[in-house]
Amino acid sequence: MLEFGILFPSVLNGLTTGAVYALVALGLTLIYGVLHIINFAHGAALMVALYAVYLLKTQVGIDPYLALPIVVAGMFVLGYALQRGIVNRASHGKDENILLVTLGLAIVLENLALLVFKSDTRTIDTAYTLTTVPIGPAMISAPKLVAFAGALLASMVLLWIVTRTDLGRAIRAVAKEKQGAKLMGIDVDHVYAMSFGIGLACLGAAACFLLPAYYVNPQVGSGFVLVAFTIVVLGGMGSFAGALVGGLAVGVVESLCGLFLGESLGQIGVFAIFIAVLLFRPQGLFGARV
Amino acid sequence: MRDLPAIAVFALATGAMTWVVDSGVWLNFMMMALYAALLAQSWNILGGFGGQFSFGHALFFGTGAYVQAIAQVNFDINAWVALGAAVLGAAAVGAAVGALTFRYGLKGSYFALVTLAFAEVFRILAVSVGFTGGGVGMMVPLKESIANLQFSSRKGYVLLILGFVVAALLVMAWLRHSRFGARLQAVRDNEDAARAVGVDPWAVKLGAITLSGAFMGAGGAFYVQVFQYIDPGIAYGPSSSVEALVAAIVGGMGTLWGPLLGAVVLHALADFTRNLFGTLPGLNLVIYGSVLVLIVMFMPRGLAGLAGQGVSLAHFWRSRRGPGSA
Repeated sequence: MLEFGILFPSVLNGLTTGAVYALVALGLTLIYGVLHIINFAHGAALMVALYAVYLLKTQVGIDPYLALPIVVAGMFVLGYALQRGIVNRASHGKDENILLVTLGLAIVLENLALLVFKSDTRTIDTAYTLTTVPIGPAMISAPKLVAFAGALLASMVLLWIVTRTDLGRAIRAVAKEKQGAKLMGIDVDHVYAMSFGIGLACLGAAACFLLPAYYVNPQVGSGFVLVAFTIVVLGGMGSFAGALVGGLAVGVVESLCGLFLGESLGQIGVFAIFIAVLLFRPQGLFGARV
Repeated sequence: MRDLPAIAVFALATGAMTWVVDSGVWLNFMMMALYAALLAQSWNILGGFGGQFSFGHALFFGTGAYVQAIAQVNFDINAWVALGAAVLGAAAVGAAVGALTFRYGLKGSYFALVTLAFAEVFRILAVSVGFTGGGVGMMVPLKESIANLQFSSRKGYVLLILGFVVAALLVMAWLRHSRFGARLQAVRDNEDAARAVGVDPWAVKLGAITLSGAFMGAGGAFYVQVFQYIDPGIAYGPSSSVEALVAAIVGGMGTLWGPLLGAVVLHALADFTRNLFGTLPGLNLVIYGSVLVLIVMFMPRGLAGLAGQGVSLAHFWRSRRGPGSA
């Protein structure tokens, strides 16, 4: 019989990881779920943000949490420029082209990082890296708790932007009816680029919360790509609540699979969910049937 | 078939070149370019002719590679027999994945993602189970002899991979001119319309992914015979998927000669930069990725599309000058 003392910390750990997953996936939900831009470079963009946090800490000496505004703003600009300069131009109005061009971007970004930083895995040292907080029978690392809270907070901000601001209304209008939105005087290309920028800004925030308790190497993003798509699909395309719940669920599943199946085989759980959801419930948990 | 003479000329010319060329560098270039062409042709059968974009072709590559290695190392089976088993095994995995995904109507980005997820699942399994040698990988012992499918000169390998490339060319020529090929392209262009005129999209796509898997499996088996080593990262990692996809798209999707053209051009480009900058990790893929982005942006029909435009321009020119003046 499994003991609560083993299960509880594992679930708690999964929830903290899941919150960051949710933040990564929320960015993707905005880009993929709402606007149907298939951003395969999402993981690579997260890797870029992680390196930015790493460099700010090691070269300039800025704490990851203080670097948040810089990295978020930088990622927003990068996203806006990528969408307007490359993705939009390459799409020729076809989804497949976006898929291919973002795959190309992911390959370029990943391997540029490999050229510049080599394949070494890097971590940063902060005063709080090894601090732990007791919760019931579990000891949770402090950066993970901060990440949990930060990810939830960032998700709230994103939700507020999408539901309560003019930009959010424009985004939803474009998602529903592109032609109509254009006729109402909405600059569609600008809205697309803004969404892409906001999606990548989420990654900037995620990177700041992740790095104190995580690591960065050139391949780090590819692990997140499928996880993020899994969450978006699991939660239901375009559903923000779904992405949040999906993220937490995937975090917990991953943690429990690691506990029961061991370190290497445990990773299989997330992909198994992904395949199962795509095959048997493609509309996801919260999505309407398409 | 109209394409047969051209394929025959290509096969004879390349075969003759193998005979004449003695430089190891050139033989190596030919071998690697033809190997990349085979992967691209495999991707082209499903992605180019069938319109189903796979991001996880490594699934079939790795299966072919592991069948080839495991049959020899764990079961002491002759390498030629193992090659047949590798091709069949990869085709079977293709059929199984196709049956499942197409049964549930996955297409577009969903199909791309699910193939990638399958490749990842297989990679994790290959690390975790015992008979693949786990993360350490497998070595195929060096026993040079033709009976053993290990050649003392690169020439043997070039001829072997040329055989596969020609077989893939014949299959694609068949796709261009057969009923099955017409159905496959109809499903690619408009699945609903194809269904309305009595085509069964599921069966047609299933056939394409099985064929595609067989050729990719051959590529994986060939890799094992040449490098005598395989591990989960090489087998099921993204690099062979990317190589197959980029070369096919750069060359021209759904064309007969495009994948071969794309593979040769990309390999020449990679070799050229290697001579310029030396061997740097990641440089090749930076180039592949950039070329992919540029091609999708400016030349969505690929290099073969460009050549096609040249041909039609020539036609246009000739027709303007009138039939008598040519």
